[in-house]
This record gives sequence, C-alpha cells and structure tokens, in this order.
Amino acid sequence: MSQMTQLKTEEKGEQTGRLLIILSKGTMDMVAPALMIATTGATMGKEVHMFFTFWGMNAINKKTVGSLKVAPVGNPGMPMPNILGMIPGMTAMATRMMNGKMKKAKIPSIPEMMKTAKDLGVKFHACSTTMEVMGIAKDTFIDEVDDVVGAATMLSLGEGGQIIFI
Amino acid sequence: MIDSRGSFCPGPITDLFKAYRTSQLGDVIELLATDPAAKADVTAWAQKSGNELLDIVDEPGYIRLLIKVTKKRS
Repeated sequence: MSQMTQLKTEEKGEQTGRLLIILSKGTMDMVAPALMIATTGATMGKEVHMFFTFWGMNAINKKTVGSLKVAPVGNPGMPMPNILGMIPGMTAMATRMMNGKMKKAKIPSIPEMMKTAKDLGVKFHACSTTMEVMGIAKDTFIDEVDDVVGAATMLSLGEGGQIIFI
Repeated sequence: MIDSRGSFCPGPITDLFKAYRTSQLGDVIELLATDPAAKADVTAWAQKSGNELLDIVDEPGYIRLLIKVTKKRS
C-alpha cells in the first residue's frame, strides 16, 4: 500500500510542491489548524500529505473525531488560571466554549474539514507504530484514511517539500 | 459568482478553488468575501496557481475579487 502511495506521488508532475503535516496531537485546537493548512495547501496546487501519529490518531478514529476536546490544563492561553483547569468538568466546559466560538465564526466542524481536505486531494496516512502501541485496529479509522505507513514512507512523502510538525 | 461572506480562512480560498475546479480557461470568477485575509490570500493563490487576479474592489463591508482562469491543471 505504501509503495502505491509513493508511485502515485512520482507520477504527478504538475504539482507545485509538497506539504507534509505530521500531526501528533489530538486536541481540537491542534487538529483544526492542521486541517486548515492542509486544505489551503491543496488549493494552492501542493501535493499534501497528513501523517497521523500518537494522539493525532484521535483525528482519524471514528469514535473520537467528532468529539475532540480542548484542554485547559497546560494551556496558558486559556482565560482561566491553570489550576482551575484540573477541576472535573473543566475540559468539557472549555471544549463547549471553544466549539461555540467556532460555530459562531462559521468555522466548519472537524469531520466537515476532513471531508473538504479529502475532496481536495489531501492524503491521510496513519502511523503503524502508534496503532501497535495504542492497540488501535484499522477498522476504527474513518473512511478518509488512505493507508498505514511507517516513518520512512512518511519522510519520503515529504522529501523536498515543506514539513510541519504539530 | 461565489459568496464567501461570513466565512473565514480557509473558507474563501476553498470556495474559490472549488469554483476553479469546474471552470473553463478564460472564465472569470467573482468572489465576495468579508475575511480580512482574503485579499492577501487570493493574491498569493493566483500567483502560485498561475491565474490572474483582475481586480479587487472594496465594497461597503466586504470585498469583491475578480479572478480570471488563465491556467488549468487537470
């Protein structure tokens, strides 16, 4: 499967460059910007690859993609003292607040962004090691995922292009 | 004509690109946007994709961008 991905990459001569986004975080405030950059890259004629690893796997997991959270702990940008973030229910509250703000600004939901990215040709790759470490089976992935690859394939997909690590 | 008013980055560019995909060479796409980043973003997009940004018109409360399709990728 990974070999196929590589072949397709080489065939496309008309692209204006490559963009590889490595997503290792699974909170909404990390996944949303990653998808926005990916989508924009695709509109600019770039060949865009997203590599989901560690907590980034939450973004391609059917069970979690629609309910990604915003963590108030360890996030000094939140309008509350960090210690309050530890109180049970605070993560849910921060997530609700952020979702409300996004909706008000007419920002699409994460699953909607996923569909748009895919529609514009962004390729989604899942990390095989993370699947093993976290005990994630392939059938838990959303349909948008293209394949399961390792770090070597991932790096070759980004070769000569821009690489963003989130 | 595409109305992207009220949507923010990357909304207008995504809408523009979707119209571009179904367009023919020589078509002029009219894009309306309220996103303050649209001006710079569409300029960058046109440059990168090889298409021509004909005009940016400041309208009350929004901007109107005219993009001519001068290059098509299959």
